[in-house]
Amino acid sequence: MTGRNIALLLVLLLLSVVLFFLHLLVGSVSLNMDSVIDALFSRSMGGNAARILHEVRLPAAWTAVLAGSGLAACGLLMQTLFRNPLAGPSVLGLSSGASLGVAMLILARPLWAMDLIPVHAAVVLGAFFGAMAVLFLIMLADGRMGDGVGLLIIGLMVGYLCGALIDVLQVVAPEGALRGFVLWGMGSFNNVVRTQLPWLALPVLLGLVVALLLMKPLNALLLGNEYASSLGVAVPGLRRTIMWTTGLLAGTITAFCGPIAFLGLATPHVARALCRTSDHRVLLPMTIAMGGMLALLCGLIVKWPGPAALPLNAVTSLLGAPVVAWVLWRGKKWARTA
Amino acid sequence: MGANGMRPLLQLRSLAVGHGKEALITDIDLELSTGQCVALIGVNGGGKSTLLNTLAGLLLPLRGRISLDGKDLAGSSAAERARQVAVVFTGRPQTGLLDVRTIVGLGRQPWTGHFGTLSAADVEVVEWAMQTMDVQHLATRSLDRLSDGEAQRVMIARALAQNTPLLLLDEPMAFLDLVNRVRLLHTLQKLARDRGELIILSTHDLHTSLDLCDHILLIHQGRLWSGTSAEVRTSGMLEALFAGAHTR
Repeated sequence: MTGRNIALLLVLLLLSVVLFFLHLLVGSVSLNMDSVIDALFSRSMGGNAARILHEVRLPAAWTAVLAGSGLAACGLLMQTLFRNPLAGPSVLGLSSGASLGVAMLILARPLWAMDLIPVHAAVVLGAFFGAMAVLFLIMLADGRMGDGVGLLIIGLMVGYLCGALIDVLQVVAPEGALRGFVLWGMGSFNNVVRTQLPWLALPVLLGLVVALLLMKPLNALLLGNEYASSLGVAVPGLRRTIMWTTGLLAGTITAFCGPIAFLGLATPHVARALCRTSDHRVLLPMTIAMGGMLALLCGLIVKWPGPAALPLNAVTSLLGAPVVAWVLWRGKKWARTA
Repeated sequence: MGANGMRPLLQLRSLAVGHGKEALITDIDLELSTGQCVALIGVNGGGKSTLLNTLAGLLLPLRGRISLDGKDLAGSSAAERARQVAVVFTGRPQTGLLDVRTIVGLGRQPWTGHFGTLSAADVEVVEWAMQTMDVQHLATRSLDRLSDGEAQRVMIARALAQNTPLLLLDEPMAFLDLVNRVRLLHTLQKLARDRGELIILSTHDLHTSLDLCDHILLIHQGRLWSGTSAEVRTSGMLEALFAGAHTR
């Protein structure tokens, strides 16, 4: 990594720390700097400020960091795997698959009369298997068609299909279940309570570690499957590992935060534009750091207007869509990832 | 870096290559030694690329066996193979924002540790490979911005950096003008001799390869003929090849 890129990475981390701290200050109840610092370091759980901080603000801030880093890494892995700059968890239908999985478990719960698993576990399971099912379909299509545009169209179609099935489920579902699902679908970093945080953190950290361990073969994959194989990469195994990792990341994050648009797709492009290389040894750490920072920023914008928070997906789309358009506009150079 | 003497490196025994069930070339029995530059010639669709991909271990042989340095290729892992065989395919990969030096550096992957960090010795090999293929002045450029010929040389430099006894090139001269074809073949021939490598390249350029390659392999009607340039010139094989091509 060059000195310039190390400096960039440090700036990103510093920005993240600042945004993280702002997250702790801003919210429906404003806390002042002193009480936050006090509550952070005194470890006493008494007092209103401390409770808000430990039960609400800190989990939400960590959720944003984890979700942003995880989705960004997931997007980069998919862009390299499919050799397509427009690949990302939301574009290729992974989020839709996760939504369908959740919808099936939550909305159809009364129909199936199964109360064996608690609701949030059902959400996680549904989202994970939904995302994996779509990913599996995409991999099948990839093996058969092997071209990027066809794959994107398949992803979009799978997305529409899942959307349609969700609509059908919503009609037959009872009133109460619907509300929870609709709120989940708008996306939020604030739904993870302190006790759930490890269930989000562990899979995401595992996924990030695996991704970081794959930096060398991912670079070989930039030359294409054949060159990667000739460089000693066991390509089918690598593709499977990437697939499981993206499924784990996108599935878990979507389960806890809802389907979040654009973070996974846009972040690698921003990171690439900044560090000006596709070398994963630079790009992947940069993408992960950038993802955490952008998610914190989006989470903060969501909270800004006051008690009536903005929908997270609206904010990520407002920021993300122009970025992707700008990247494609600026030139094919940055768009070409693979 | 390599021993100069000729030693048998590649042995093909009753080899048949092709896709699926359809064999393109059958009954190949051949032994090739290090220190030579070999041209593989044949009509389009005759199986040149298929043979090269099979030798590279990327395609399974339909029958028969390939041994490299006395070891059966089928029994070796991708990682082991990568230290024995380097390949340059036709066409240029879309490598986006990788600069030329990084791409050539990827050739060191079979020899580097888990994160692919280049040691001082690796960096030296990379610089040598770029110098040999005359792409040092392009080191910080992106592959997209290079001409076809330059991109081809970069991909060859990457294969050289892999530092393998066997180097396979699929139509490396396709995008080059005559001067650069001759220059490339000279470079490859010198590499084969100086470093004791076996270099096999497929080509349509009969005349240049007859003049500059040590050994010729001819694919004709599903068989592989082998001989020195002189033998090929006098044997009438070429006439047979072209007569076949015309009547097809």
